[in-house]
Amino acid sequence: MGKVIGKAVTRVEDMRLLTGQGKYIDDIGTPAQTFQAAILRSSSPHANLVSIDTAEAEKVSGVKAVITGEQVKKYLDPFSVGVSAPVHYYPIAVDKVRYVGEPVAVVVAKSRYIAEDAMERIKVKYEALPPVIDIEGSMEEDAPILHENVGSNVANHRTFHYGRVDQAFEEADRVIKHKYLFPKYTATPVETYGIIANYESSENQYTVHANFHGPFVIQAIMAQALKIPSNKLRIIVPKDIGGSYGIKAGTFPYMVLLSVASRIAGCPVKWIEDRQEHLSASSSGTDRVTYIEAAVKNNGKVTGLRMKMIDNVGAYIRAPEPACLYRTHANSTGAYDIPNLHIDAYAIMTNKLPTGLIRGYGGQELYFPLERIMQRVAFELNLDPADVMRENLIKKEQFPYKTASGGMYDSGDYMKGFELALKTGKYEEFRKKQEKARKEGKILGVGLACIVEPSGSNMGYITVALTPEERAKSLPKSGCSEAATVSMDPMGSVNVRISTTPSGQGHETVAAQIVSEVLSIPADKIKVVAELDTSTSAWSIASGSYSSRFASLGSSAVFYAAHKVKDKLMKIASHQMKVSESELELRDGAFYEKNDPTKKYALKRAAGSAHWNPLSLPEGMEPGIYETYYYSVKAAEPPDENDLINSSVTYGFVADLVTVEIDPDTGEVRILDYVTIHDAGKLLNPLIVDGQIFGGLAHGLGGALYEELVYDNKGQLLTGSFMDYLCPTAPEIPNVTIKHIETPSPMTPLGAKGLGEGNTMSAPVAVANAVSDALTPYLVEIDTLPLSPNRIWTLLNQAKQNKNKEVTV
Amino acid sequence: MSLTEINVTINGKAYAEWVEPRMLLSDFIRETCGLTGTHVGCEHGVCGACTISMDGAAVRSCLIFAVQADNREIKTVEGLACNGEMTALQKNFVECHGLQCGFCTAGILMSITDFLEKNPQPSTKEIKETLSGHLCRCTGYDGIVKAVQKTVQDNQKEVLQRS
Repeated sequence: MGKVIGKAVTRVEDMRLLTGQGKYIDDIGTPAQTFQAAILRSSSPHANLVSIDTAEAEKVSGVKAVITGEQVKKYLDPFSVGVSAPVHYYPIAVDKVRYVGEPVAVVVAKSRYIAEDAMERIKVKYEALPPVIDIEGSMEEDAPILHENVGSNVANHRTFHYGRVDQAFEEADRVIKHKYLFPKYTATPVETYGIIANYESSENQYTVHANFHGPFVIQAIMAQALKIPSNKLRIIVPKDIGGSYGIKAGTFPYMVLLSVASRIAGCPVKWIEDRQEHLSASSSGTDRVTYIEAAVKNNGKVTGLRMKMIDNVGAYIRAPEPACLYRTHANSTGAYDIPNLHIDAYAIMTNKLPTGLIRGYGGQELYFPLERIMQRVAFELNLDPADVMRENLIKKEQFPYKTASGGMYDSGDYMKGFELALKTGKYEEFRKKQEKARKEGKILGVGLACIVEPSGSNMGYITVALTPEERAKSLPKSGCSEAATVSMDPMGSVNVRISTTPSGQGHETVAAQIVSEVLSIPADKIKVVAELDTSTSAWSIASGSYSSRFASLGSSAVFYAAHKVKDKLMKIASHQMKVSESELELRDGAFYEKNDPTKKYALKRAAGSAHWNPLSLPEGMEPGIYETYYYSVKAAEPPDENDLINSSVTYGFVADLVTVEIDPDTGEVRILDYVTIHDAGKLLNPLIVDGQIFGGLAHGLGGALYEELVYDNKGQLLTGSFMDYLCPTAPEIPNVTIKHIETPSPMTPLGAKGLGEGNTMSAPVAVANAVSDALTPYLVEIDTLPLSPNRIWTLLNQAKQNKNKEVTV
Repeated sequence: MSLTEINVTINGKAYAEWVEPRMLLSDFIRETCGLTGTHVGCEHGVCGACTISMDGAAVRSCLIFAVQADNREIKTVEGLACNGEMTALQKNFVECHGLQCGFCTAGILMSITDFLEKNPQPSTKEIKETLSGHLCRCTGYDGIVKAVQKTVQDNQKEVLQRS
């Protein structure tokens, strides 16, 4: 057995998925007498619930129960939230509806067809209230209030002051500022939410199968809402999840709703979300307004930043929000050496779908204003944007680099990555081409973006939403624990159990690679079990699939668990062979004496002894081979009294160069080339790595050019189907070049960092910078997305009209 | 609601079942026949996950009623591999990392199998245009396009060897 970690091996998951034998939530079968649920949803964005008449619906043959918020409320407490504002969030409307799509009633029936028939017979009376949709409008004094007991629409507000911000701005040659709006968009996995919930009164226990992927801290939040001890809420995650990109963290309100529906109806209940429900009422990314100001020297050096960020968390703030504001807190200054930073952070509520995790979470919202302002600095100082970025990038010798807000960038060589992007994308050559093209009436542009990709979230970062005084009242939170179990059965076969709930990232493959290398067993002999069961798996509150944490944390837990097994087997072999451990080496499935390779002891035999012949084991050793390792990183400390927080464990780097051509007649943006350079430390499986990067990039391009959850000014959702919500398809994906540099992370045993979200963070602003660059002659500022033909055409025509006016004046 | 009897052949096996006229073919395949390899992603004919082959043509099973499949021949993803041996296209999806979560994959395999039968030497542009009937949010389509391209090349090699 040679090196396996780092090899581009094909995936163990593929065979079952290609032959129709995947086991997704809708494929796993249900307990006897399981009924199907359909959910009636609010058609009004903001209204008092006057009455719900369910009589006619209950008469429909095959209907088991029709359940409203009033009934559900009896079994629930509101979900706890990580802010001090007293927002009462239930998984179903109880007195008011606050967004279009909010659950109003649940019908439980023999089939989904019957449930939907009955749903149409429910009569709901609404008393309409004025809605509030606009982010800043929600903060105005006369704005309609969503939650009367909160008293305003502000769910969270914090200010942070790092370094000498005022001094930096006083001493600046210039202050360059602008307002940017990052829109609300989403993830749309092709598999929607799915839940099978079963309440057993004999044990007062809920068992819930769901395509929920953590963070499993939400298990505690669900149990608390259900008013039961947490071991009475058993969550089982199927081994296959049909994509998530973060959004399936948002299944949890429905898991609780269906749990209570099962209790009231007295039978197991299954619900598979449909696409319209998904777009209107699952979860989404956060739309953010940012006012950004940069203190700048004449050479382009940025010495300080002020950012006022206002996140729209939708109708209710719910876990893990307001995390979108804080996930990137440590890397708020991105890839740049900017020591002085002021942040004024708000989470506000409007009559839109509540938000949650989406691939890139917080990154795209942060880097859109940050990388736009860097380009603007170059523009206003008449410098090349590449030179401004060079002036500000953190230098190699500065690592490990401490950021203004408390981050510890573990490793990197940003200049090398950036120069490689410029070289690969032929930046200088393109500038010449662009000049020539402009003379011919063509509109060409090049966009650059450098971003830091955080991975492996520190569980302490979310408490930054509270003031140091508020935090002091409860136990500190820290770490980023993940668990893995490696066991060997009496025949020497290996099972690996992981708690990283993959949704397509190939964790089974990579876990098998790692264990294969450590135990010197062929990877195809190793079985990785990806199902998570909160009653039988080793897991922690941090477990799950989010913040790109498998490569940094999950893989580390697997690595150390395999080592625990190896160490135990080594002890057994040493005892049996009567040779010290230091004289043994493990290769090709056996322990060999280093000095006398003719003497060996098979791994399988060592395992066999632990099961069949425990009396032969060294004194005091437990029988069996079953080792669990819980991994965390010391660098994930709780926030300190100055709000310094290292919000992630590892920090990768992405440098993008994108070239575009804009059609002057239609405003359509065509991407000519996309170059992306990644440094994610040591790569565990390059085949999977590039797949992750392509997927993240496609999502980023969607955000740049196509995707938006659009609401009209009355609060109605206008993009409730795939005919209106546009996801990129194959012809929309441009020519892409991916290159890697590897500076191993000193934080993780394998040197790996998380990846796959980087281009979702970088592509929206990289494309915006390219479009802005292309439109420089028209003096057009790109300050929102997506860059649809309609938007560009309007901007172009306004610019042309302005020019004409100038001429006539 | 009244029931109608239908006779459908799926992957060579005959199914005689009573169904409601409003039952979707996708639900019939998954729930009545238990063939869960066909997935449902949008139920309005955009995402392509539910694509199957009916009388030799790739169609969206969420846009067809089960009763419309009466006396028809259907093939689903479960019917592609033969005696446990995957097709060249399936194997190339493994080689080229053409799938991640795998949820959209069955529909894509069914579309492309039909497409390559009718158009054995497509250009990359044609491949991408055919794929535009499918949403994949994992792969960015790169691995999928490569898997199809490789299958086309493999098929060409095979033709050359035979001639």
